[in-house]
Amino acid sequence: MYGWTGKILRVNLTDSTIKTEALNMKDAKLYLGGRGLGTKMYMDEVDPKIDPFSPKNKIIFLTGPLTGTFGTSAGRYEVVTKAPLTGTIGASNSGGHFGPELKYAGYDGIIFEGKSEKPAYLFINNDKVELRNAEHLWGKTVNETTDSLLAETFEDGRVACIGPAGEKLVLFATVMNEKGRAAGRSGLGAVMGSKNLKAVVVKGTKSLQVADNKAFYDACVDARNKLRAHPVTGQGLALYGTQILVNILNQSGGLPTRNWKDGGVFEHAEDTSGEALTSKYLVRNKGCFGCTIGCGRITRISEGKFKSFGEGPEYEAGWSYGADCGVKELDAICKANFICNDLGLDPITMGSTIACAMEMYDKGILAKKDLGKDLLFGDADAIVEYTRMTGYREGFGDKLAQGSYRMAAAYGHPELSMTVKKQEMPAYDGRALQGIGLEYATSNRGGCHVRGYMTSPEILGIPQKLDPLVTTDKASWLKIFQDLTATVDSAGICLFTTFGIGLPEIAAMIRTATGINYTDEEVLQIGERIWNLEKIFNLKAGFTKADDTLPPRLLKEPMPSGAAKGKVNQLDVMLPQYYQARGWDKEGIPMKEKLKELSIE
Amino acid sequence: MISPEKCLGCRSCELACSFNRTKDFNPRQAAVSVLTYEEAGISVPVMCMQCEEPACMKVCPVGAISRDENGAVVSDPKKCIVCKMCISACPLGNISFNPSTRKIVKCNLCGGDPQCAKFCPAGAIEYKEGTEANLGRKKVIADKFKELFGGEDK
Repeated sequence: MYGWTGKILRVNLTDSTIKTEALNMKDAKLYLGGRGLGTKMYMDEVDPKIDPFSPKNKIIFLTGPLTGTFGTSAGRYEVVTKAPLTGTIGASNSGGHFGPELKYAGYDGIIFEGKSEKPAYLFINNDKVELRNAEHLWGKTVNETTDSLLAETFEDGRVACIGPAGEKLVLFATVMNEKGRAAGRSGLGAVMGSKNLKAVVVKGTKSLQVADNKAFYDACVDARNKLRAHPVTGQGLALYGTQILVNILNQSGGLPTRNWKDGGVFEHAEDTSGEALTSKYLVRNKGCFGCTIGCGRITRISEGKFKSFGEGPEYEAGWSYGADCGVKELDAICKANFICNDLGLDPITMGSTIACAMEMYDKGILAKKDLGKDLLFGDADAIVEYTRMTGYREGFGDKLAQGSYRMAAAYGHPELSMTVKKQEMPAYDGRALQGIGLEYATSNRGGCHVRGYMTSPEILGIPQKLDPLVTTDKASWLKIFQDLTATVDSAGICLFTTFGIGLPEIAAMIRTATGINYTDEEVLQIGERIWNLEKIFNLKAGFTKADDTLPPRLLKEPMPSGAAKGKVNQLDVMLPQYYQARGWDKEGIPMKEKLKELSIE
Repeated sequence: MISPEKCLGCRSCELACSFNRTKDFNPRQAAVSVLTYEEAGISVPVMCMQCEEPACMKVCPVGAISRDENGAVVSDPKKCIVCKMCISACPLGNISFNPSTRKIVKCNLCGGDPQCAKFCPAGAIEYKEGTEANLGRKKVIADKFKELFGGEDK
């Protein structure tokens, strides 16, 4: 077996049985692993209409064929289940060292089913796999849980776990691994919580093989050299982390400010930028497994009321707590981000939900009696305190724990929620970047920037510069980006590699690792197959064309200032073009010929 | 030479090393290991430093360990009886036993082209003469003296 290990663990939490099964190689060839194969395996076993918190729901951890190899930034794994926040297919990707360790233990992935009567964790040491009692860990934070588990198992093991937020079914709870890495979006940690599954600890000492040693080595060397030579992956991300984007987006007029109501220019952007983070608080860069980029930040606030230490913040978290809440204090932003890591919360949704509450307070929809105090844009203490309260569902935190859509809708104002399919959009305004607006509207997991990343051509000019303010060609570009991203997420490598390498390099690694003689086109088509399968899940779950939309603010309120002044997102122009580019009918339903072409039954 | 202050903790060195010696990917069978101290925010790559007076070479009962033309202290698998005395003798813990090949794992500088240094993305592992590498560190101290006692530039 090359690339894959060929084995899957099936863990039934209800009756505490554990089985090892063979990986379905026919499907592995069609869907690779991670996000794609995980979705296929999930759909084979679970009805898309299921309640995500039902014991009959399942949750899958799955690596890709490149995970744990010398491939570029090949440390990724995916968590797949139905998403509590959106009701769409949920698939969240994470780096660090957990995924590779799982493969060294001899497994491509784990299927969890049922519900444990008492809190439990899964222990894996190569062939020794057992469910163990986790009552002593219930209620503990991510840092506490990780330290405890490593102390009682192996110092050099790897831990993926949930924090209090996952236990308390916060709808945007994360699965965290090695403390600072997250399968972050759509609330998949809450599904673990609903199953009383606190953690997975793994130690593996086995070896992985690839099909063609020399050709694989050459392909990896070529790709690694290109990444190190590229200005974004070789310098920019290493020097300033993803926060480098704050100033760039602000200059483009696309940095959403104060719950997106004040346009795309934040007057304090400089204070919250990657440059400021590096000069004030950065301890050191951190690389995930086998990564040449090293965008991770280890940061320390040494003094003051926000004194803290941890990993991050990334651009999206820096924005949600910064520009979106109108907060300029970078130390408070860091601290709020660390609390998200420790309690197991998605900082994009958390910061955005606080921003939404701030606007509701501003407009008099929320009153002081609802909160016990003021909640004003720019309040640095509030972002820290409400994040903590949400993780434990204390006070108004219990309302915030539903995400901004359900919270705003409960007060009769869903239009103030900056969400698509109930998931908060990240840090790029779809009025200033037309393509990214289309990306949000059509993403298979709701508001999301890593299901295509149109920022790359529209802002960074990679692989070529597109005018962000026009709709021309955006639909066809987006389709290719979405397909490539799906392939990357399923192969086990990091999406950030696509700044510096493209389909030829990625396909070469997949081919030589697996020994399957895919053409480049076939590798890209794997992504298209995955995209269509995810779409079918969502259609079966009850989503329609009406859900492929944007918040009214982006469609009706012209941008008040900056480079995109006067612009709204022209989704009505792009959406029909997009459906056509996809081979879908006018209602956004994949046509029979398309599904046949993609070998989807 | 290692520069832990530059290390990202990515373990590319472990992968490159294990693949070069066994054609497998298995960091636990590499001759280099990266140890990470989370709270201190630092990772340290640890590997054989090719001692001038190698304890492993002295203790080897069959003379399997010698110094090659690149200055590497190497173990000859043809002579080695896998008694593992060298593992005990190394004061730095840089020799190990691979349970699947049942052989000694000892850095041999990859015949003069060490893969760990070649693939370190941060320059934390470098392959160069100790004297040359040290000069950079000496210069850092010298620069401080320059700042303290030096006159104006130009």
